[in-house]
Amino acid sequence: MYLQTLFIALSEIRRNAMRSFLTVLGIIIGVSAVIIMSTIGQGATAKVTADIAKLGSNMLSIRPGQMRGPGGASSEARPLEMADVESIEREIANLEAVAPTSTKGVTVVYGNTNWSTSVIGTTNQYLSVRDWTLAEGRAFSEGEMRAGKMVCIIGETVRKELFGGQSPVGEKIRIGRQSCRVAGVLGAKGLSSFGSDQDDTILIPLEAFQRKIGGNRDIGRIYLSVNEGASTEKAQEDISRLLRERRRIRPNEGDDFSVFDMKEVSDTMTGTTEVLTTLLSAVAAVSLLVGGIGIMNIMLVSVTERTREIGIRLAIGAREYEVLLQFLVEAVVLSTLGGITGIILGVSCSFGLTKLLNVPYVLDPLMIVIAFIFAFAIGVLFGFFPARKAARLNPIDALRHE
Amino acid sequence: MSISGTEIKKGTGEIPLLEFQDVTKIYGQGLAEMKALRGVNLSVSEGEFVAVMGPSGSGKSTCMNILGCLDTPTSGEYLFRGSLVGGLSRDERALLRRHYLGFIFQGYNLLGRTSALENVGLPLLYRRIPAQQRRAHSMEALRIVGLEGLEKHTPAELSGGQQQRVAIARAIVTRPSLLLADEPTGNLDTERSREIMDLLASFNRDLHITIVMVTHEPDMAAYARRIIHFKDGLVASDNTNGGGA
Repeated sequence: MYLQTLFIALSEIRRNAMRSFLTVLGIIIGVSAVIIMSTIGQGATAKVTADIAKLGSNMLSIRPGQMRGPGGASSEARPLEMADVESIEREIANLEAVAPTSTKGVTVVYGNTNWSTSVIGTTNQYLSVRDWTLAEGRAFSEGEMRAGKMVCIIGETVRKELFGGQSPVGEKIRIGRQSCRVAGVLGAKGLSSFGSDQDDTILIPLEAFQRKIGGNRDIGRIYLSVNEGASTEKAQEDISRLLRERRRIRPNEGDDFSVFDMKEVSDTMTGTTEVLTTLLSAVAAVSLLVGGIGIMNIMLVSVTERTREIGIRLAIGAREYEVLLQFLVEAVVLSTLGGITGIILGVSCSFGLTKLLNVPYVLDPLMIVIAFIFAFAIGVLFGFFPARKAARLNPIDALRHE
Repeated sequence: MSISGTEIKKGTGEIPLLEFQDVTKIYGQGLAEMKALRGVNLSVSEGEFVAVMGPSGSGKSTCMNILGCLDTPTSGEYLFRGSLVGGLSRDERALLRRHYLGFIFQGYNLLGRTSALENVGLPLLYRRIPAQQRRAHSMEALRIVGLEGLEKHTPAELSGGQQQRVAIARAIVTRPSLLLADEPTGNLDTERSREIMDLLASFNRDLHITIVMVTHEPDMAAYARRIIHFKDGLVASDNTNGGGA
């Protein structure tokens, strides 16, 4: 009995190849669209989250002046100095590392290749604050830092540009007019979330920078990291208070320095990706809906067209449930076929797209299940209920249906 | 054959195959009420060939639908081989159609995009006849109606006359007790019509299938041995036709 109904249903599917194909197509589009959208959305979220982790979310940075729009620090602000760094190290609790930095754009030369980059004068603490690893060589020694020797640790981009395949450790390069020995190479970080190349940098001891490159004792920016579990907000407040005191700012005056909390930045970015994910989910939901309406239309139209067929079957002696079972089996077979094809298409397309967009491939099984169930339910519902209506007609009315 | 307790006896000749006892059929309600049948008494014996005639709206089609268990009377009784049909459920009536009745319609009512062979085999499919036998029976039925070699053709590839032959083959492939034909030649020219009528007459004569046929063409009615005229929902005349086929 069931075998025979299955046989009737399958021969109906084959008999109406075009209609079957269109139904299946609707389901395929709905299911694969949802899978693609959600995979890309989640891939993007995963990438941004990873970027934030690379940035270090327990990091603070201090710079002189107040941010005034995109102009950056106001020039009148007094620069920071080494005494500020020492005072912060002494007074502020829960600090993991404090790294004073000064930066300047320079041209570096090795042999007959040269490269424009920025050189950062800092201490070894910078590596731990910014989460840098060493790919090759070593960090600065105590003696080098104290004496301000011209040694440097170069970023991956600089290494590639200057040395190509050659190992740079121990080689001498020229930074501006100064000769400098390469002590180590930083592990590659890639682009930052803001799109700048984090590997395009050179580190030298702060003392060396101040004497040979910067020409003054100013500190451009201080990076700090707080201990795991400690509050960055608390550290930010303490630092502000300390610096106001040191810089003798009266209570009614504004700060002439800024303390950035990376956590705020990362929160903003997490918020942005959440919006992105929501947006993509909405698009996915719309495509599922559109796919669903497509399925619905074809099913409704075909049932209208098939009311006569139902009439013929009833007149010949088919029972109501036999006709219904046939339509149910047809709808189930088509929906399953479309659903599975949609999953295969969606998964492979999203795999390709994530490779193309350079985001991690995150497959969400729940999304696949939801998409499949939704498309399946629409296919079966709209295949089944109009058929039920037709099968309940008097056979003679179904036969006369135009 | 037992349909949930309703025993349908083999024809004995004493009990009529079909019997209408004061059958009425009313469509609509209130002011829109339309009395299609106003108390029809009728009886058809096994082996008869009956033509039902009458102007449109006279109730002949309604009568056919009730005979074919496609519709139910508002009041009165319809007995099929002495068993009451009125008390049967939809599904039981479907089974009665499946096992005892064959239909021919004016509009053929074949499944589109389906080969003649599959169309003819459809009633056998619902009777759970195995594929091999189904094929053999369907081929035989197609041969009887003269469509040998056209079994792979779909309705769209066949002429009107050929389509009606496929429909006839489908109706007789189960060797029904009763063949109901609703204007079987309504869409065909005279020559095709005669061929169809010759076929029907031969079924009645050789296969002993009882036939009730609605027609409005006296030429076609002439093939039947009994002609019933309907008028205003009642049997106006019921005559034995001397001529026959």
